[in-house]
Amino acid sequence: MRKVYIDHAATTYMDKKVFRAMEPYFEKVYGNPSSIHKEGRKAKYALYQARKKVAQILGCQLAEIIFTGSGTESCNLAIFGMAEDFSEKKGHIITSKIEHHAILRPCEKLEKKGFSVTYLPVDREGIVDVLDIQEAVKPETFLISIIYANNEIGVIQSIAEIGKLIKRLNTARPPKSKIYFHTDACQAAGFLDLNVNKLGVDLLSLNGSKIYGPKGVGMLFVRQGIPIKPMILGGGQEEGLRAGTENLAGIIGFAKALEIVQRERKKESARLIKLRDYLISGIEKKIPKIVLNGHREKRLPNNVNVSILDIEGEAALLWLDKYGIYALTGSACDSQSLEPSHVILALGRPYEYAHGSLRFSLGRKTTKKDIDYLLKVLPRVVKTLREISPITVKL
Amino acid sequence: MSKNIKNLKIADVISKTAGKGWIYSDIVKDHFFHPRNLLLKNPKTGEFDAEGQIGAPQCGDVMRMWIKVDPKTEKIKKLKWRTFGCGSAIATTSIFSVMVTERGGMKIDKALKIRPQDIMKRLGGLPARKVHCSVLADKAFRTTINNYFRKTGQYQRIITEGTKIIDKTLNITERDIEEAVLEGAETINDLQKRLKVGIGDNSSLLEIEQLLRFYKEKYYGGSENRI
Repeated sequence: MRKVYIDHAATTYMDKKVFRAMEPYFEKVYGNPSSIHKEGRKAKYALYQARKKVAQILGCQLAEIIFTGSGTESCNLAIFGMAEDFSEKKGHIITSKIEHHAILRPCEKLEKKGFSVTYLPVDREGIVDVLDIQEAVKPETFLISIIYANNEIGVIQSIAEIGKLIKRLNTARPPKSKIYFHTDACQAAGFLDLNVNKLGVDLLSLNGSKIYGPKGVGMLFVRQGIPIKPMILGGGQEEGLRAGTENLAGIIGFAKALEIVQRERKKESARLIKLRDYLISGIEKKIPKIVLNGHREKRLPNNVNVSILDIEGEAALLWLDKYGIYALTGSACDSQSLEPSHVILALGRPYEYAHGSLRFSLGRKTTKKDIDYLLKVLPRVVKTLREISPITVKL
Repeated sequence: MSKNIKNLKIADVISKTAGKGWIYSDIVKDHFFHPRNLLLKNPKTGEFDAEGQIGAPQCGDVMRMWIKVDPKTEKIKKLKWRTFGCGSAIATTSIFSVMVTERGGMKIDKALKIRPQDIMKRLGGLPARKVHCSVLADKAFRTTINNYFRKTGQYQRIITEGTKIIDKTLNITERDIEEAVLEGAETINDLQKRLKVGIGDNSSLLEIEQLLRFYKEKYYGGSENRI
């Protein structure tokens, strides 16, 4: 039976070149970069090389790269680390309704501590209106965090435009009440430009597990001079912002993975856009009563998210799994919390659309044959589940 | 109770079978992929004695059942169904249809005594977060039987919605729990503070938990995630 892993936005397999780049850093080069002896210096040099590689891609200084343990940790550090300075003043944060939980949960926690948070709505296509940001800004606003490309529906936000707006707003504000701008770029890393100056961001989160790199390593870009505080205290590694002996092999792998995906992103994007649009139009032709979630063009080259009415996503996934197709649903029944996808709901769609939503995220090994197989299996699965369903929801 | 909880763990995603097995038990898997007693075509007039439906598409589960009863023996001769919902909702309806119709059919009164726990036991357990599916099958069946009582003029036998006794020691009904949720009870602790429910009769805790979730979803659907 054919196996079609079409869940690359969940995580990717590791690139062999990445794996090979990491290999020496388990046994051969094992020193602690903080040690001054030769083993330590070897490790320190390797760490420096990796940092340099990442800094080049982001167009920033070496000291502005903070390696962490995951994309989630990076996002948490961005939110909590920035909030610490504003805890007395009970500052204000602006974010969107379609952020990853790595942003939403920290924001909710800060709200309980007395901070105020504006969760900006998105339009029916999943786009944040830049004007809404401008309107939401208050004198006590200190942080804006907007996801670069959404993990569920792949919608890409105009980060550079928001960056420009914030820059403009900051010129009219006293220096002590500057607004800082964070973007969660974990899903974007394989396809979009990460130059922090072009984007106009002060903080940017990345991780290894979505870019054919290792899991358990992330990175936060922190523009020099911004008032951020660490969450993890100890030996003062990573500019004092993230203590703990560096995950050297992981960092090497992350840098290598980022280098590869960024080098190949334009070519790979062009290839995947064709496959993505082929899949979307195939589903639209073969299955009645479906809607595409998220903007048709302003979306990641690898993301397809559809709501299929009258079926429940988890049941569809179980059938797909039986046929060797591995995907994701936004249905409540598939989440630990039993809450349906907040992203699909934010598009203004009713609950049944979230329950029937499926995400297919394409990757490096996805071929047209895979898509053809999926397009053969999916309509059958939908037909089976619709036959046993006692209801028909109006589109 | 403890036996059920043990079963739940075996079938859960975070079990020792994770990675090797399936996320549900083999019985659930079998009934999901090979559902028994499905009614794919709309029934002819008179084919069944009653039908009933429960759930809402917004909540992610809708179950519909059709029954044929032998009026003399009161045995359920046929139970056909259709379900919109996740894997466990589909498997639950399927196994329930088998439970009440096997060996010549179960008597109505006996079938009404089937508890969600009994359904889960037959399924080889359900993941903890899927337990509400078994509660739904139970409710769908009661709705169907009530319609049967109505159609056959046995009004005195109708189980009025919400009067099902959940806690035998304190005589607490579904309706009491519904009202407590409407008054703001969010957790089992809240319910216990208000109603002392489940303290004297802890065999009902599982059902109480599901009712709590059911009514929370019904009245405040997704509010935990309101952002």
